[in-house]
Amino acid sequence: MEVKQSQWKAWLYLAPTIILMIVFTFYPLVNTFITAFKENYNYFSGEYSGIGLGNFEILFVRSDVNPDMNFINIYLKNTALIAVVSVPISIALALIIAVALNSIPKFQKVLQTIFFLPYVTNTIAIGMVFAVMFDDKSGLVNTLVQMFGGDPIKWLGSDLGTAPYVNSLAVLLIYIVWDALPFKILLFLSSLQGIDKQYYQAAQIDGTSKLRTFGRITVPLLSPQIVYLMITSFIGAFKEYNSVISIFDNARPYGYQQNTMATIVWYIYDSLKRVDGGVGRAAAGAVVLFVIIMIITAIQSQVSKRFVHY
Amino acid sequence: MDIRLEKLTKVFQDKGDASQQVRAVDELDITIPSGKLIGLLGPSGCGKSTTLYMIAGLLKPTSGKIFFDDEDVTELPPEKRGIGLVFQNYALYPHMTVLQNILFPLQNLKVPKQEALERAQKVADLVDIGTLLNRKPKQLSGGQQQRVAIARALVKEPRVLLLDEPLSNLDARLRLQTREEIKRIQRETGITTIFVTHDQEEAMSISDEIVVMKTGLEQQKGAPQEVYNNPVNKFVAKFLGTPPINLFFGKVENKGLYIGDEKIGDSELENQDVIVGIRPEGFEVNDEGTGEFTIDIEQVEYIGRDKSIVGRNPYSENPTFRFIIDSDIKNVEPGKQIKATIKKNKCFVFDKITESRIQ
Ligand SMILES: Nc1ncnc2c1ncn2[C@@H]1O[C@H](COP(=O)(O)OP(=O)(O)OP(=O)(O)O)[C@@H](O)[C@H]1O
Ligand SMILES: [Mg+2]
Repeated sequence: MEVKQSQWKAWLYLAPTIILMIVFTFYPLVNTFITAFKENYNYFSGEYSGIGLGNFEILFVRSDVNPDMNFINIYLKNTALIAVVSVPISIALALIIAVALNSIPKFQKVLQTIFFLPYVTNTIAIGMVFAVMFDDKSGLVNTLVQMFGGDPIKWLGSDLGTAPYVNSLAVLLIYIVWDALPFKILLFLSSLQGIDKQYYQAAQIDGTSKLRTFGRITVPLLSPQIVYLMITSFIGAFKEYNSVISIFDNARPYGYQQNTMATIVWYIYDSLKRVDGGVGRAAAGAVVLFVIIMIITAIQSQVSKRFVHY
Repeated sequence: MDIRLEKLTKVFQDKGDASQQVRAVDELDITIPSGKLIGLLGPSGCGKSTTLYMIAGLLKPTSGKIFFDDEDVTELPPEKRGIGLVFQNYALYPHMTVLQNILFPLQNLKVPKQEALERAQKVADLVDIGTLLNRKPKQLSGGQQQRVAIARALVKEPRVLLLDEPLSNLDARLRLQTREEIKRIQRETGITTIFVTHDQEEAMSISDEIVVMKTGLEQQKGAPQEVYNNPVNKFVAKFLGTPPINLFFGKVENKGLYIGDEKIGDSELENQDVIVGIRPEGFEVNDEGTGEFTIDIEQVEYIGRDKSIVGRNPYSENPTFRFIIDSDIKNVEPGKQIKATIKKNKCFVFDKITESRIQ
């Protein structure tokens, strides 16, 4: 009797959370899966022409945006490149910067503040600044290039013409890495400060070089954090969208590069804007993204078991 | 190899407030003879670890010098001193196996792989962990971890072995067993060893010599029994021995040593107030309960062949004091008043103000 009552109370306390989760997480999740199979679904009238794989066909085989652009050669390619390049680089950079910061007693606070600046600044705003900096005609970067006697480089595309794919990708990656650094540095710094100093004293007495101490002691001791960042950053990278919009959408009225830099989430948002059947196609994209992230996370958590040392 | 400390001093400066200073180690002059095991003993915060870290080179002395034989090593970085250090919590690398931990110092020295493996196996056998080489530190008991730490310190054949309270994490039985082992390993290797502890019993039982410290200052140095029998001051007398020494307010009058009105011995000193220290084993009691020093018995405990007795005397520094007599002695019961005779060699007299021993 008593057990039942306390159970009842437990459910009552959980109710607000559960209700919110049902409304905002579980229902949309299930609904997305269903919507993904509704062909030519009109969100407002609720009508659709049939249940099938039509939305996925559009996604993989023929894009409605541009016949040359399909899921694999644009959206998946860009997203995967962003993940594979930016995640390892940002983690490695963050680790090196954190170790360096941790070993400088002076100016540590000032330097920390500088590195954490992107963290407290609006992503879109930073993207706009990047767009101005890398502007093909009057940007700061090209001004510098010209100062050193180089020819201006096409970064983002303008009315002078489109920019080469790698250049645009480079700008995007620099931005993403830079934006990702602060949180990672913060995490590494706090973990570093938690490592027992005696490990380093022991290593010092045994005459361990700085590099070896880093490789054989610091990195293994931080391996749980590294794996955590790997998994979360990969998921984050697959959801990359803000950066593309803020850098390349701004290049309008030219807007030449936007489509070539499009990511999976970009496709989802872009589809949503289209009235006739767009919601269904967006849902299909979301389902595919869901499956990809699930597979990657499963693989990573298997691999990480070998990498985390204790 | 001898270790000689010359006026070794370490002053810690408060970062914010320059007037705040801690003299952690104060003009320490000690010579540690080659091949001996020295116990560095003192209460918490007296500067033992600081001394050890200065010898290791992890801390820079404020002034003074450190010699290994005739070589001045004061400015030498830690890795060039040839020391093995066992930390209080062992500091074994958690992500490496026992073998990798032991091999680590050798890899730094670029010892060829085959030779390194042989040496690792040899020290592992010496400390009796030869069968645990593939385990991670987490999978070992405290005592085993401690032996791995010693193996890691010994494998590079150091000139000096430094141990910072290595037994403090172990339970009572393991502690007893491991300290015997440390003694054995030290004898077998013949490495000059400094063993830091605040447990006087531990220090007395394994050291060839002990150094007693207090607030950064050396109090006394010598063979454990010698220091116990002849403490130079009240601090040392109090610090050594379990149960601790009993202290009484006494006086010297006409060549007699008195506690209250009772004359318990003779003295050559001038008439003055003194502190009298009597070791727990310094009370002689007979079956009739006759003697010169009155004790009200409060409690009697049997501990094997001895009786440990809690008694009262109005002149005791503490409300009660504890002494030990043979368990055969009769008529010693709670509530009774008896008289005891004080053994001369177990009774010390200290100056009331300076606290140094005067008799
Ligand atoms: N880095 C430091 N900065 C300031 N004061 C310190 C520092 N390290 C130690 N001290 C002070 O120096 C004194 C001696 O410290 P030390 O660690 O040598 O004591 P210890 O004898 O090893 O004590 P324990 O038995 O508790 O380990 C203490 O008063 C301590 O507060
Ligand atoms: Mg200490």
